[in-house]
Amino acid sequence: MEDLQSFLRIGYDLIINEIPEHARVLDLGCGNGKLLEELQTTRKIDGYGVEISAEGVSMCLEKGLYCYQGDIDDGLADYRDNSFDYVILNQTLQHTKRPRFVLQEIMRICRNTIISFPNFGHYTMRLQLLLKGRMPKNSLLPYDWFNSPNIHLFTIEDFQDYCRIHSYPVKQEMHFSVNSNSISQIRNFRPNFLAEFGFFILDGEKFVSK
Amino acid sequence: MNSHPVDDPQSVGLVKTKYYTFGSPPDYPLVMKSGRTLAPVTLAYETYGSLNESKTNAILVLHALSGTAHAAGYHSLDDPHPGWWDIYIGPGKVFDTSKYFVICSNVIGGCNGSTGPSSINPETGIEYGLEFPIVTIQDMVNAQWHLIQHLEIPKLLAVTGGSMGGMQALQWAISYPEMVKSSIVIAAASSISAQGIAFNEVGRQAIYRDPNWNNGDYYRTSVPGNGLALARMIAHITYLSEKLMHEKFGRRLQDTELYSFDFQSEFMVESYLYHQGIKFVTRFDANSYLYMTKAIDYYDIKSDYDDNLLLAFESTSSDFLVISFTSDWLYPSIQSREIVNALRANGKNVVYTEIETDRGHDAFLLPDDRLERNISNFLKSQFRKMIS
Repeated sequence: MEDLQSFLRIGYDLIINEIPEHARVLDLGCGNGKLLEELQTTRKIDGYGVEISAEGVSMCLEKGLYCYQGDIDDGLADYRDNSFDYVILNQTLQHTKRPRFVLQEIMRICRNTIISFPNFGHYTMRLQLLLKGRMPKNSLLPYDWFNSPNIHLFTIEDFQDYCRIHSYPVKQEMHFSVNSNSISQIRNFRPNFLAEFGFFILDGEKFVSK
Repeated sequence: MNSHPVDDPQSVGLVKTKYYTFGSPPDYPLVMKSGRTLAPVTLAYETYGSLNESKTNAILVLHALSGTAHAAGYHSLDDPHPGWWDIYIGPGKVFDTSKYFVICSNVIGGCNGSTGPSSINPETGIEYGLEFPIVTIQDMVNAQWHLIQHLEIPKLLAVTGGSMGGMQALQWAISYPEMVKSSIVIAAASSISAQGIAFNEVGRQAIYRDPNWNNGDYYRTSVPGNGLALARMIAHITYLSEKLMHEKFGRRLQDTELYSFDFQSEFMVESYLYHQGIKFVTRFDANSYLYMTKAIDYYDIKSDYDDNLLLAFESTSSDFLVISFTSDWLYPSIQSREIVNALRANGKNVVYTEIETDRGHDAFLLPDDRLERNISNFLKSQFRKMIS
């Protein structure tokens, strides 16, 4: 539950900038609902969330949000094709059991999707593994290997490859690192080495159920 | 001396049941789903709190199988028990009567003041018995609609209930979408499972096989108490979880340390069920029990919509809060999720949460912080939206 209280605001500023007013937005793994709440205040969106913990759902209710308690690994089938202007997957893809299936479902139900994740290619990760020979553990990935919810780690270049292979149209990439005030600093120069987080906007419009 | 519980600032205090009758000429009778008609129809109801000027704060509470219109407060100073949902209704409680106007009515087919099989059939001058038309959840809701018209409430802030009450809350949103701002559905289903029907049928069989039942004609002789008590005992098992029973009774014996090696009731759980059965007979009518269980068994939202649950929710305009309990095996979470998924597929506003508890189906009748917090937060935001 600590996680929900201290939910970091990673990438919030970039996401809020991207989302137009009155959009229909689904936040997957919405936690305590903080991002949706900010989007509601600043962008007057219709916000929906999916969250696995009952405590998270309660906190969303407190904020007047609509939230479904469930696992995004098997909880998206009911949404209709292209039924959201934006689906947000912020710091969540690496937690999913079936990322490939989740991405496929997201592309189906969204017009656009924002996907942001910790970049395992960041130099601090590489150095920790290279010099210490241990699984990286730092502010980006603050867990030990045995209690980490991050079960599918990948790099920005891995995800670029993934989008190419699956013909997912990338509308924009804005990889970034965060400073101590949770403000995003764009890292366009050698992002796979220098950006702490990957940030992709994909176009899901033409992906519909067969 | 302790003060009386009616004086508790969080109690609605002393309350009175009121009655509303409709359907006598020149009014139209109530046309039931079966095609038969019912007239006149009396609904027993209670209200708590007061309706605001803009009529935007009314909440209709819907009771479960054995419930009554008496949801909160006390009928007299000698009343040993408050209404059935007193822990949730009152000033400062979840259904905060200092803010909201709460209404609860006894369903038709019941036996606590509303027209049912134990009422006098005006055509014969004696009790209806099995002459009473079969009641469905839809019929209950249609009867309540008349009461809400009578109270001159154009739109309910919320309809809510658990179990059979949850079914009515769903049906309200489907039958009268323009009159329901929000629907709070607890431990319910869009149709009961085969297992649920099975338990209901065993209960009915217990009543049928009581010689006193006499095809429902017993109001001037002896009531089929044994059958009804047995039906209640069976049903009561389904309201609890295995774990709760284990914790509450275990294998402990009642009033003894040693087995008596005979057929006296000696396990605590036996004496508990026995007591539940006896208690029930003093307050419930066996025929009503038959009608209520049948209403639950017949209920299947999608049957009115080409067997398509998605279609059933297409024209609803309420916001929904759907809550299930992890240890409820009578109305398991998967059935709540089925409702929620159909709502999501329709792009409706819905909150779903599954509360982890060992208390089984009856958890909605017990105090629970999470249940209280979720409902009261949902109501707050619905009320905000209703008045904006």
